[in-house]
This record gives sequence, structure tokens and C-alpha cells, in this order.
Amino acid sequence: MKDADAAPAELTEAARQARAALAGVSPVPGAPKPDPILKASGIRRNFGGITAVDVDHVEVQRGSITALIGPNGAGKTTFFNLVTGFDEPNAGAWSFDGQSMDGVAPHRMATRGMVRTFQLTKSLTKLPVIENMKLGATGQKGEKWWNGLFPAIWKQQEAEIEARADELLKRFKLDHMRDEYAGALSGGQRKLLEMARALMTNPTLVMLDEPMAGVNPALKQSLNAHVRGLRDEGMTVLFVEHDMDMVHDISDWVIVMAEGRVIAEGTPDDISSNQDVIDAYLGAHQGRSLLEDE
Amino acid sequence: MDIGAVLETAILQFIGLNACYYAIAAIGLNVQFGYTGLLNFGQAGFMAAGAYGIGQTVPIFGISMWWGIGVAVGYSVFLGLLMGVPTLRLRADYLAIVTIAAAEIVRLVVRSVAAKDAFGGTDGLTGFASSFQQVGVDLGLRPASQYGFWIFTFSGRNLWNLIVGWTLVAIFGVIVWLLMKSPWGRVLKAIREDEDAVRSLGKNVFSYKMQALVLGGVIGSFAGIMLALGNANVQPDNYSRDLTFFILTGLVLGGVAKVTGSIVGPMLFWFIFAFLDSLLRQLIDQPFRLFGTTLIESTDIGAIVFMVMGGLLVALMVFRPQGLFGNRKEMAFEGR
Ligand SMILES: Nc1ncnc2c1ncn2[C@@H]1O[C@H](COP(=O)(O)OP(=O)(O)OP(=O)(O)O)[C@@H](O)[C@H]1O
Ligand SMILES: [Mg+2]
Repeated sequence: MKDADAAPAELTEAARQARAALAGVSPVPGAPKPDPILKASGIRRNFGGITAVDVDHVEVQRGSITALIGPNGAGKTTFFNLVTGFDEPNAGAWSFDGQSMDGVAPHRMATRGMVRTFQLTKSLTKLPVIENMKLGATGQKGEKWWNGLFPAIWKQQEAEIEARADELLKRFKLDHMRDEYAGALSGGQRKLLEMARALMTNPTLVMLDEPMAGVNPALKQSLNAHVRGLRDEGMTVLFVEHDMDMVHDISDWVIVMAEGRVIAEGTPDDISSNQDVIDAYLGAHQGRSLLEDE
Repeated sequence: MDIGAVLETAILQFIGLNACYYAIAAIGLNVQFGYTGLLNFGQAGFMAAGAYGIGQTVPIFGISMWWGIGVAVGYSVFLGLLMGVPTLRLRADYLAIVTIAAAEIVRLVVRSVAAKDAFGGTDGLTGFASSFQQVGVDLGLRPASQYGFWIFTFSGRNLWNLIVGWTLVAIFGVIVWLLMKSPWGRVLKAIREDEDAVRSLGKNVFSYKMQALVLGGVIGSFAGIMLALGNANVQPDNYSRDLTFFILTGLVLGGVAKVTGSIVGPMLFWFIFAFLDSLLRQLIDQPFRLFGTTLIESTDIGAIVFMVMGGLLVALMVFRPQGLFGNRKEMAFEGR
């Protein structure tokens, strides 16, 4: 890893600001942030007997790239579902951009600037790639059925949307697949398409559930650059990831979940030396024979 | 055997009033089932809503028949909301169950003795279609005269029905075609595949599904209106489950999610149906015997026609699952 002194030299202005803002935050679970875009308190979700999520308090700093990590089954996806309205918590409250969000329908999230992707990719396979992209744009006049009948009303807006979609497709190196059905894309390409489509909503907070899963190393590098680019454009990114190199590479802040709880928070360097995290990932017994405890 | 006569019957059914109102109903069903993936098994209920809406005007309400178009649309919107509100948030199968039940409830209510004053019971309703027929007369089509050429010769009254009916097919076909090319249609097609993806992109999925259900139902009600006007009566038992499934068969035959499929499919349905029926009637004009036992009598023909149709449909599903006009490439990505 690069040492802490050398790293800031290659940081963009947005990254420097995000890191500076987070520098004073104490690396403890639930730490308050100077300018949180997302705040959640007391969020709990039970599935039958098990508690999938039980988060006391967590905040996400505006303009930062925040990673959410944790072992399989830690409750990361469930947490995403709860905050984006796709699932309802048994208890808890959360706010986005200062506005309370509990009980808000999922489709209102995107119009308010919060967009999410799914761990299991949801590309619409029977629509061409470009149509997938255009679907993402919000506030389309032609999406009202009475307007749909009159192309004159929406043609102009559709052309603007298409231009923006083409630009994003180029950025994500999918422009050569533009007119193919999304079903013809490979698994990794679908991840890219889903991320690009989410950006069509012009979000302020982008929530990515394992964006790198199944993406080849070369493409990962360019995806990393895209994610950094989002921060530079003023967006906040919250992403779930198992690839520690990527987490270390691009995130300004890391939140660690295990068994539904937030067990640690901090900068990537704080986290990689945190004993609780190592225990959570590898089990507290690592390196010892199971018999020793008896 | 006179194959010419068989073909003539089949061709006349291909463009006849039956094919015409089936096509209108299939255009509506295609909005729901083909484009949005809503399993509406109650299209007959929407057709009944249309037929009774227009049928009640003169005999029950004592108002002009033309108000009936509004009444029919009102009934079908109401029926659509009634089916959709409790089910469209649930899994797709619930809509299927509710629509099939709702259509049956509609039929049982309108034929019931208790509601005879409002719907005419099993006798149905008559005496409302004269203002419609009068327009044809005013345009110069004498009801009893014959018009046309070669085998396409119709009475003035039938010709008027056909002109209006096929005009409606064209109008609804163009409307649906325009809508499905619009961003609105794109949202529906996306919902058909993955509701959550569409929700995450900020679309109110429930509202879109409701719009599709109601729009398809309203179009279906015009099929009922056309059937009522064409026959100049409304018969409750015309609107049974069979009707829904025949229309669905026609749609699948033509190919779902294609406007041409939804129109030509029902026409072919009637062509094949009439072809088989009159062919078998010619072949089996006396009981068909084998080893001294009667295998087929002429009264069995109706059932045999349906058996053959069923077999043809199975063959279609095997060899051309997308229907005649459907998109093979779209189908190919199923379940990946
Ligand atoms: N719909 C559900 N019904 C029952 N249990 C569920 C459901 N969804 C999640 N769980 C359980 O909740 C826990 C958290 O699951 P979740 O999907 O949030 O984990 P995750 O942190 O995203 O894991 P991974 O890294 O493997 O994606 C798991 O124990 C899982 O079995
Ligand atoms: Mg997960």
C-alpha cells in the first residue's frame, strides 16, 4: 500500500475535501460525521428468529466514498434494502439529506436523489442496452400515457436523454453493445450496465451492492476510476464490497458490519489494523487449534 | 367434397365480426399480458362491462344509446380498479386468480334473477342498437340489400357492423402501437421483466400496472360494445371463461407483445376454427364407423375441432413459441 504521506499528492480536490472532513472523525462505530447525507438510527430487521440487521447509529459523510464491508450474511444487503425502501424494518428511523425517509416508497427514492444497484444484477434482458439506459432518466414527459400518444411532446426530451445515455455508455465501454439486447451482455457487462443505468437518474447518493463481483481485474481498475469520478462530480458513494484491495484503494471511510451490527468504522488504514475486524472476518480463533479452547 | 365451400366459410370468418371483436379484445389483453406481463384471465368480464354498459342505456336507463360508450368505459375502469387495487402489489398469480373470479362474478350477477331489472337476467338485453344501425342507413347502406363482390357479399346491416368494427380495430391498434413506442411503453416492458429494477429507477410500478390493466380493460370493453351492437342484443352467457381463453389463444397464436400479432392472431383463430369445422362436417356427414362401432358422429364435431385446435397450439408452442409475429430474439433471453 502507498504510505499516507504520498497518497494525498495524487488526490483530486473532491477527494482531499472528503478525507479532510473525515480526518477529525473518531474511528468508533456510530461516529457522527460533520456533514452526513444519510443517517440511520436503531434500525432493526428480524427474519423469523434471526436478526439480520441491528444498527444503533450510522452516518455517511456527504461527498465521500464510503465502503460497507463484512462477512457473508452480515446484513449489508438487508441494510441496503431497508434504507432504500425495498424492505421495511421492524424498528428504526433514517433520513436522507435531512428529510425523514421511513415509510417512503422505493420509487420516490430515485426522484429524491438516492439510487441503488442490486447484488444480483437486474438488467432488463429483453430491452436493448440503450433502452435500459433511457429507462433510468427521471421526470420523463413521455412516461405519462396520455403524453405517450403524442411523440411531439417528448421527442425533444428523449433525444437529450439518449445523448446522455450514449455518453455514459461510452464512459463504461458499452457503446459497442448499444443496440444489442441486454440479455446478450456478459455478467460483468451487466454490472456495468446497471451502474450506468443508475447514474441516469442523476443521483446525489449512489448505493452499489458489490459492483465489482464478477468483473475482471483490468475492468476493475477502470470501474475504480468511474467510482472516483462520481465523487469528483459531487456525488456520494456507498458501496458493498468484498475485494479489500478495492476498498483500500478508493474509499475515504469504511464501515464494518458483522452479524447485523456495525462493529467498526474508520479510514481504510484504521480498519486494516483493527483486531475486531480481523476477528469478524476470520473468526476469533484463527491460528489456534479448535481444541485449545476446550 | 367441396373444398371451395370450406375455404369460403373460413375466409369469411377470417374477416368476420367474430374475428373483429376478438381482435379488439386481444389488443387490450396484449397491453396487459403481452407488454406488462399481467395475467388477466378476466377479459370476458371487461367485455361484459362494455356490452352491458351499452345494452342498459335504452331499455333500463331510458337514455340515448350513445351515452352507453361512456357507461361502458366507466364500468370497465371501475372493474379494473376493483381487480387491481388488492392484487397489483402482490405476486402475479394473485391477479390471475382474482381476474378469473371477478369475470365469473360479473357473469353470475348479470344473469341472476335478483338483478333481472337491471341486467335482464338470462334473457339479456335487447332494443338498444337501433340508433347505431340508423347511422349505417343514413350513410346509404340499406339493411336488407346485398353489397360486395364474389364471396365477399354482405347485407347492408352486416357491412355496417364490419366497417365500424374493423375501424375500431385500426384505431386501437394504432393507439397501442404509438403507446408502446413511447417511454410509457418502455416502462411497461421493463415491469414485465423486473419490477424491482424499475422501482429502483424511480417509477411507480403499481400505478403503471394499474394504468395497463385499466387501459387494456377499456379496450376490451369496446369488444363487448361491438359484439352487443353487432348482434343487437346482450347475452350473459356469451361472456364466459371460454371467451377469455379463446381470445388468449388467438393472441398467443399471433404472438404476444406485437400489435400485428394481436390482430392477425384472432383472425387466424377464426379461420382455422371455421376451416376445421366445415371440413369435418363435410367429411363426416354420416357416422364414421370402424369394426362395427360408431367412432364419430356429426354431433362430436364441435369437440373434435377443439381437440385439433389444442393440438395445433401445442405444436405452435414447440416449434414457434413466439407465435407467428412474435420476436424470437426477445424470447431467447427467457430465464437467463
Ligand atoms: N428474505 C429473507 N428471509 C430470511 N432471511 C434472510 C432474508 N434476507 C436475508 N436474510 C438473512 O439475513 C442475513 C443477512 O443477509 P444479507 O443478504 O443482508 O447479507 P450480506 O451481508 O449482504 O451478505 P453477502 O456478503 O453474502 O451478500 C443472512 O443471515 C440471511 O440469511
Ligand atoms: Mg449481500
